[in-house]
Amino acid sequence: MIDGITSFLASDIRTATPIMIAALGLVFSERAGIVNIGTEGLMLIGALMGVIGSLTTGSVLVGAIVAIAVTMFFSLIFGFFTITVRADQTVVGTAINIFASGLTITLNRVVFGVSTSVPKIDVFDRVAIPVLSKIPVIGEAFFNQSIPVYLAFLAVPAAWFVLQKTNIGLKLRAVGEHPKACDTVGINVLKTRYQAVLFSGFMAGLAGAFVSMGQLSFFTEGMIAGRGFMALAAVVFGNYTPVGVMFAALIFGAGEAMQYRLQAANTGIPYQFLVMLPYLITVVAICMMSRRSNKPAASAVPYSKE
Amino acid sequence: MAFLEMKHVTKRFKSVVANDDVSLSVEKGEVHALLGENGAGKSTLMNILYGMYDQSEGEIYFHGEKVHIKDTKQAIELGIGMVHQHFMLIPALTVIENVILGLKENNMVLDLNSAAEKFKEMAKKYNMEIDPWTRVENLSVGQQQRLEILKALYRNADLLILDEPTAVLTPQEVVGLFDMVRKLTSEGKTVIFISHKLAEIMEICDRCTVLRQGKVATTVAIKDVKNKEDLAILMVGKNVELVTRKKEATVGEEILRVENLCAVNQDKRPVLIDVSFSLLAGEILGICGVDGNGQSEMVKCITGLHKVKSGKYFIKSTDCTNETPKQVLKHKIAHIPEDRHRMGMIKSMNIEENLILMCYDQPPYSKHGILNWKWIDKHSEELCKTYNIKTPSIKEMAGNLSGGNQQKFVVGRELDRDPDLLIAVHPSRGLDIGATKYVQSRIVEERDKGTAVLLVSTELDELLELSDRILVMYGGKVMGIVDQKVATREYLGKLMAGITE
Amino acid sequence: MAANSIQKKAESLFKSSYYPLISILMALLGGGIIISALGFSPIDAYRALIKGSFGNANAIGETLVKASPLIFTGLSYAIAKRCGIINLGAEGQLYAGALTGTLVGTALTGLPMAIHLPLAIAAGFLGGAIFGMLVGVLKTRFGASELITTIMLNYIAVSFISFCVTGPMKDTAAGSFPQSKQILASARFPHLMEGSRLHAGIFVVILALLFYYFFMWRTTRGYQMRVIGLNSTAGHYAGMNLKTNSILSMFLAGGMAGIGGSMEIMAVQFRLLQDFSSNYGFDGIAVALLGNNSPIGIALSGILFGALRSGSGKMQMLAQVPSAVIYMIQGFIILFVIGREMFNLSKLIKNKKQILNPCNDETVKEAESK
Repeated sequence: MIDGITSFLASDIRTATPIMIAALGLVFSERAGIVNIGTEGLMLIGALMGVIGSLTTGSVLVGAIVAIAVTMFFSLIFGFFTITVRADQTVVGTAINIFASGLTITLNRVVFGVSTSVPKIDVFDRVAIPVLSKIPVIGEAFFNQSIPVYLAFLAVPAAWFVLQKTNIGLKLRAVGEHPKACDTVGINVLKTRYQAVLFSGFMAGLAGAFVSMGQLSFFTEGMIAGRGFMALAAVVFGNYTPVGVMFAALIFGAGEAMQYRLQAANTGIPYQFLVMLPYLITVVAICMMSRRSNKPAASAVPYSKE
Repeated sequence: MAFLEMKHVTKRFKSVVANDDVSLSVEKGEVHALLGENGAGKSTLMNILYGMYDQSEGEIYFHGEKVHIKDTKQAIELGIGMVHQHFMLIPALTVIENVILGLKENNMVLDLNSAAEKFKEMAKKYNMEIDPWTRVENLSVGQQQRLEILKALYRNADLLILDEPTAVLTPQEVVGLFDMVRKLTSEGKTVIFISHKLAEIMEICDRCTVLRQGKVATTVAIKDVKNKEDLAILMVGKNVELVTRKKEATVGEEILRVENLCAVNQDKRPVLIDVSFSLLAGEILGICGVDGNGQSEMVKCITGLHKVKSGKYFIKSTDCTNETPKQVLKHKIAHIPEDRHRMGMIKSMNIEENLILMCYDQPPYSKHGILNWKWIDKHSEELCKTYNIKTPSIKEMAGNLSGGNQQKFVVGRELDRDPDLLIAVHPSRGLDIGATKYVQSRIVEERDKGTAVLLVSTELDELLELSDRILVMYGGKVMGIVDQKVATREYLGKLMAGITE
Repeated sequence: MAANSIQKKAESLFKSSYYPLISILMALLGGGIIISALGFSPIDAYRALIKGSFGNANAIGETLVKASPLIFTGLSYAIAKRCGIINLGAEGQLYAGALTGTLVGTALTGLPMAIHLPLAIAAGFLGGAIFGMLVGVLKTRFGASELITTIMLNYIAVSFISFCVTGPMKDTAAGSFPQSKQILASARFPHLMEGSRLHAGIFVVILALLFYYFFMWRTTRGYQMRVIGLNSTAGHYAGMNLKTNSILSMFLAGGMAGIGGSMEIMAVQFRLLQDFSSNYGFDGIAVALLGNNSPIGIALSGILFGALRSGSGKMQMLAQVPSAVIYMIQGFIILFVIGREMFNLSKLIKNKKQILNPCNDETVKEAESK
């Protein structure tokens, strides 16, 4: 029983991590007024690029760096169309998703072919923290995870600090609320938004790399399976705060973790209903949380000086 | 040279001259009023000073030196601060965050504590205790306004421009504001006070420059002004003999009765206080007053777009209080809205699709839910002819028409419904002379046909020419109802500025 | 006068097709660059693409087969968009319709085709419609953003159908492969052309397009939806009910996708399978965008995207270019279509002078807006 709890917690933390990483990046971009629907596609690109990088160099770290770099490039394209060209953010995001799907499938076929054997690549191994990982029940779950997991949870207070206590964080929040007021005090609204979008791209790339090299150990087509959208939902459910999205991600991740548990436990529930679980939880969460409190006033509205 | 000199400033927007050879001279340490009606050019002039517009002609001298203010950042650096009518505060952020937003001196990691200390000290100096850690949305409107002033002072403003500051304040908050202004000037700061409220200008200002239709009417020292009435005359111009081609009104039954109507806005401030009047068929009741004194809220209440807090209104003896817009429309009301772009038309639809906006679900426009385009085509062509709407075709997109033509088709659409009650809000705003005269003559025609007309306007000339009776609103209240035959500009001007006998 | 209006019509046709055509060309160019970057020949790839989509009668037939569900999902997105709602859930609504259509198509025996077929289509419509309406209800009742609810419901629908065909609807007589029973002959669309899968469903597609046109531009309800979608303030002022129209538009949008899904089963697959739709739902968004949400536009771009799909197989076979390249081309198309502003780059750079103050003077606002 205790083992069950531990392994469930461990699993939950692992499944929550990519959602959380992506959602933390989204907190910044959404607070600045940009809703990046294309996160799903960006994570997909990160997942593939990470694997390619890791396979080529034999180092998962390089893989992650490649993933982040390429993803940031695509998020720059997203930023260009939404901030400078002022096109509809949802449509640009959807275009990125469709494009990313095509890109990753194509590259996957070209680079890896259609062979069924999966090459061995360097992945994020678990790193047990001495002493702490020996704590009963939670030790194994919290302190025997891979590096990105630790980074993700450390990023939560860091993100809170940046958002609330730094100049750039203040600018970001202001720009998403009342861009005109910011303009009158001399803040460059467009530049600030670009910075936010690039950061969310950074995080999306890292999140995608974790899915392909931390949760699983290779790339399969469509492997992000909606996690990017769950990250978007996590931002709403978490009320646009870093701590909030952490809890939201843990709850959404629990859906996936429960799916594995229940499947293994052979309860007789058809596995498809378990697969539905995280998505159902997300819908319910969105409905509960949508009488917004923290949603930036200028969310998803392109800014023009005219 | 004075502290601030604006010399021969002219500002043109395409064909409109907003400021025409305006010269303004402000001394250090004084409170200088900028007085004028809507559209006189006050805000435009100050926006030039604050760097939001470039002047078309003219020069600005500050501290005796010629300056070219290219953006607001530069204006702030020069020591000019402006408090707009619509606050540039961010409600979701705290007071101190708003104050230090965008400051060059900010470090990467914000030192909010020492900024808060500095802010608290400054606030105490002006007898204003504001908790720097509270969110701006939790402040009252008066507090927010004084925060805007403090924000400007924190950035070392020497010259403060206040744009209609008392428009959003309660009488008590006005007292607080004036105390603050006096303290500011005693410290050597200079204040430019844009307003149309004569009593306040008499109370707090040292000198006053009156603008009328883009030009300077005069500059006076307040102590030389005997009474507010003199200022009122200066603001609206001399009583000019107007030629009205109107027939005598033949009035009929009561179409609209408003009883003790009260309403509040979303900040729970009262915007309508005990408004009562009666409107008969075949007459034009002009609603007079400077924009923002409750006229638009009253119209919205009557048309079902704004909630009524207390009181009632009756259309043809039926109690319509708080009906939905759809229900209200059924009482044969036509409404020419004040903001035709937002409320009156759909820019990306063509003209005939706009023309059917109010009656698409009635025969012969449609039957059993299917639109009769053949009939609509024909009828739209007729409407365009009747109302003189100049357009290449009825399939032209509404947004492509000139302002005048847009208003004409809104007017045409509404009048075509053969209403019993016509509510026209600023119907000639933004129109050239030809379109204006056209719209006005149609309104008079309606009245001659027996329609009851409620005409809301800021143009005194228009009201004096067209109305049979004139109701003046100030601060959400009815100041008085005057018969057109005995109304004078002076009298109306006084009522508009809140002066009671 | 008549010649003038014909000239006007031609002008507006040119104007409205100019940007989409440029976008397609630029997208093909972008795709070509990527193809050659991957080491393949773009010329060979595009030649094979064209051969596979329009090369002979069979190819054209296949193109139309692939275009049909795309037109339905395109209509789905367009109907919702007209009322101001962004429907990303056509994929899930398509599955929902496929499910209900299959149920009726397999369960009701002994009916003549003239009754069974329309009944099954109606069932498909209803399944998708109710699924779509759910999104509208969640939005109006809870304020839940349709951007997220539609995507989540997509996954839920796909999972549910997977459950159905591996469990209660599984055709146990046909071996271990998870699929439903066969669609009864009386609920199958008649075949139109030997050698290709072209089926009579084409006529339903045309009917759907006609319905879209008629409903949106000829009925009062469609007029209401368009007004609300373009300017909800004006709609409110005119007495229109925003909530009812929103829910109704999602009902219709879901229904369109539902017909598309059920038709795919009743005309092409003949059995309900899990994951039978290869992203028809999302591609519908691209179809609607390129077609500018207009009936003719959707029809033409549906055929274009159908051509991309039917040609991609040949492209993979003959030029070894992975068929997924067409998704990249689709992504480019969307970006270039909505990036219309981008072509006015010079205007973007010029507009630097700020005019921030919401000038309260109407005459000035008026002059500035010209």
